[in-house]
Amino acid sequence: MHEMTVAELSAALAAGRISSEELTRAFLERIERLDPGLNSFITVTAEGALEQARAADRRRARGEGGPLTGVPVAHKDIFCTLGVRTSCGSRMLDNFVAPYESAVTERLAGAGMVTLGKTNMDEFAMGSSSETSHYGPVRNPWNPDTVPGGSSGGSASALAARLAPAATGTDTGGSIRQPAALCGVCGLKPTYGRVSRYGMIAFASSLDQGGPMARSAEDLALLLQAMAGFDPRDSTSVEEPVPDYAGELDAGVEGLRIGLPREYFAEGLDAGVARAVEEAVAQFRRLGAEVREIGLPNTRLAVPAYYVIAPAECSSNLSRYDGVRFGHRCADPTDIDDLYKRSRGEGFGAEVKRRILVGTYALSAGYYDAYYRKAQQVRRLIRDDFRRAFGEVDLIVGPTSPSTAFRLGERLDDPVTMYLSDIYTIAVNLAGLPALSIPCGFVDGLPVGLHVIGDYFREGRLLAAAHRYQRETDWHRRAPAGFGG
Amino acid sequence: MSDWEVVIGLEIHAQLATRSKIFSGASTAYGAAPNTQACAVDLGLPGVLPVLNAEAVRMAVKFGLAVEAQIAPRSVFARKNYFYPDLPKGYQISQYELPVVAHGHLNIDLEDGGTKRVGITRAHLEEDAGKSLHEDYHGMTGIDLNRAGVPLLEIVSEPDLRSAREAVAYAKKIHALVRYLEICDGNMQEGSFRCDVNVSLRPRGASGYGTRTETKNLNSFRFLERAVLYEVERQREVLESGGRVVQETRLYDSARNETRSMRGKEEAHDYRYFPDPDLLPLEIDAGFVESVRATLPELPDAKRLRFEDQYGLSPYDASVLTATRELADYYEAAAAACGGEGKLAANWVMGELAGALNKAGLDITASPVSAERLAGLLRRIADGTISGKIAKQVFEAMWEGGEEADRVIEARGLRQITDTAAIETIIDRVLADNPTQLEQYRAGKDKLFGFFVGQVMKACQGKANPAQVNELLKRKLAG
Repeated sequence: MHEMTVAELSAALAAGRISSEELTRAFLERIERLDPGLNSFITVTAEGALEQARAADRRRARGEGGPLTGVPVAHKDIFCTLGVRTSCGSRMLDNFVAPYESAVTERLAGAGMVTLGKTNMDEFAMGSSSETSHYGPVRNPWNPDTVPGGSSGGSASALAARLAPAATGTDTGGSIRQPAALCGVCGLKPTYGRVSRYGMIAFASSLDQGGPMARSAEDLALLLQAMAGFDPRDSTSVEEPVPDYAGELDAGVEGLRIGLPREYFAEGLDAGVARAVEEAVAQFRRLGAEVREIGLPNTRLAVPAYYVIAPAECSSNLSRYDGVRFGHRCADPTDIDDLYKRSRGEGFGAEVKRRILVGTYALSAGYYDAYYRKAQQVRRLIRDDFRRAFGEVDLIVGPTSPSTAFRLGERLDDPVTMYLSDIYTIAVNLAGLPALSIPCGFVDGLPVGLHVIGDYFREGRLLAAAHRYQRETDWHRRAPAGFGG
Repeated sequence: MSDWEVVIGLEIHAQLATRSKIFSGASTAYGAAPNTQACAVDLGLPGVLPVLNAEAVRMAVKFGLAVEAQIAPRSVFARKNYFYPDLPKGYQISQYELPVVAHGHLNIDLEDGGTKRVGITRAHLEEDAGKSLHEDYHGMTGIDLNRAGVPLLEIVSEPDLRSAREAVAYAKKIHALVRYLEICDGNMQEGSFRCDVNVSLRPRGASGYGTRTETKNLNSFRFLERAVLYEVERQREVLESGGRVVQETRLYDSARNETRSMRGKEEAHDYRYFPDPDLLPLEIDAGFVESVRATLPELPDAKRLRFEDQYGLSPYDASVLTATRELADYYEAAAAACGGEGKLAANWVMGELAGALNKAGLDITASPVSAERLAGLLRRIADGTISGKIAKQVFEAMWEGGEEADRVIEARGLRQITDTAAIETIIDRVLADNPTQLEQYRAGKDKLFGFFVGQVMKACQGKANPAQVNELLKRKLAG
């Protein structure tokens, strides 16, 4: 049962072959048995899950509900969930029980999905390894000595270990796609504004985007269908009709023009990863796609621009954690400054502090023009690169991450190397484009992710290409030893 | 004092009269129990997002049009970052580089009868912070976030004002304007209209500016005037004793009538302004501007000119009667209902009525005598039924008893006596009763005429027509 995709589970539920309650019990049992070695969950909501499962079963019995009704899901602990702790992986919010529900979790609950719990993550989504969590590091089921990637590493790890058939993630600079790649699962970052950010704890507001994670492109389509859509509570959400993603899934890739940015196949890319990606490209060619080389000349500016803009926004977004109204408050403050300093000093971890400091500096009087304004100009150049490219091609393909999963602790004290592991994903966030990562091979037993980038609001085309590829390959069906059938 | 020129600029925060907050749906009503009007957005909970209130934008545009300013087709909300316990998000959403309203102006009246054009640099939308409560918390601080997120329009003037009186005239004019526009209730006690004033001195004739201080949170026109006077005097003393004015923020203490340093330039915050990524740039098209323009009421200056023209009022009377929209409406209703006796209506509204309201501490909208009732009284003056003097008695009765003028006049028998024979009878009796005075008058003591008039009026309880009394008395006295 745990090997089945969302689409398969949905069919089984619809046919009455299994009940949501059985399914939910099975996943809860796996979580209890297997997660202690992975640490992919921060909170497991077993009781609530069983209640929701029974409600879903009743709904199905009445002939109501949709394809997702009764299917379990794990939510990244960045989405506010009414009455359930929402920690964002931080000591600061260890005591925070949200008094309201995020748009994403509300929509998926409305579709009848059953919430298994809240997944572990880098603190406030700041990291690429899921090691900066207050609740300890998450491990990669393919090799527990390696990281699952981040920041949505808990969701990716849980999917790979078959602890949940579906999950949510958020992606500010690659936080859905990079862990999906490192854990051998699928993840989609939608167009900025496609999915409401309401109730999603902000890291960098102009870059953050929630999206689905699962084990097939078809599942991503089912999940995105429920998540996407305009939300008047988020001023940056876009009033653009949501297409029928499942209906577009079989569009194939024949005649599609695929661009390979020469800058993505350059220095720093692991040779094994490059081979796997090239083989996937060859597969697309065999399926009728036309492949050509393109240029994204400002690629090298993406990481520096990102590491000005994201920290600048985060330095302001995280000011609300001051110990006054909610979250961690230091013991016995002597005055207001002491309250601020110790509450924030104790509540935030090192990586979060590093980014607040960098962002505060970048926005300071006298530095704003040199850093923040300049970074925004670079951002426009990067967006223009993609605009030009999408004049020539329909999809852009490359590696999701320059390497496979790295060892726990290896890059913790080397932030720049850590930051560079997001080199291919970051530009997509700066431009606000949709992109996904799907498994395309292995290097030394660790999964490799294929990165497919599309034009604005062309998630349907992305999913169709990935689905076509997955009909020919079985990389996405492979399970890590000890977690499979 | 004559060696120095005073340079003043004002920053006025007008609370916009929207029903809900600028970025959330919580109510803006004043006076609720602490923190009962603060929703998740106002509390700055993790994950919440601001959504702009279109009504606040409409009001800002209305103001911009009223001061003939430019309405920015694209303006940007920015975050002003600083830590304060009553600032829930750790930043205030405001506008910085691109405000919604820029380059407007307003004419104020000067004491010499002239007018002065005061530049309005900009007006921008922003959210208010909450309130810190220091009393009754035993060394701790209470936080009330009901006010957090209430919409404000910050109106910044050019440094065009040259005296405390000009500053007050400008502030009053803005106050009247925002109330005319119905975008702000103008209640200064409740903090709906607050002024910060920038003051500096420079040698008369100099073109540059001296170092300025900013005095904050002046919640009455009187405090504004006093704070400026104090600050001018203080700076003059500093400069004349060879010192330098320090650029700083000061606070006016009304109990001591002085300004005190709050924070110096070196302690000034670096607010790290940057565009708020949670809000799209505010785009306003010409159609929206025109739709707002169509809702503009007649503005105070236009109304004043019309009053002068239509009712034959002096510029002073017209300006007093147009000071607030409510007073102007009252006056016009009264003038219309009394048959166009504009001057008479003006005298009564500004005289007897204003005096009574003032004494009772009432606003024109709470007047016990309605415009229609007052007009009823004025009609009886105009048609000679009662004299002006009797009218005051009638008015008092109307004020106290809430009755119509005609009813009071009838019930108390106050109708004016215009019957010549009746008046002659009274005059004859008065002359008969005062033979000594009559003799003196006839011997050439003209001044006694007034005495006889008084006696006649007294005898008829003031009801005789004064002009008739004069004429008949003169004839009789002549013998």
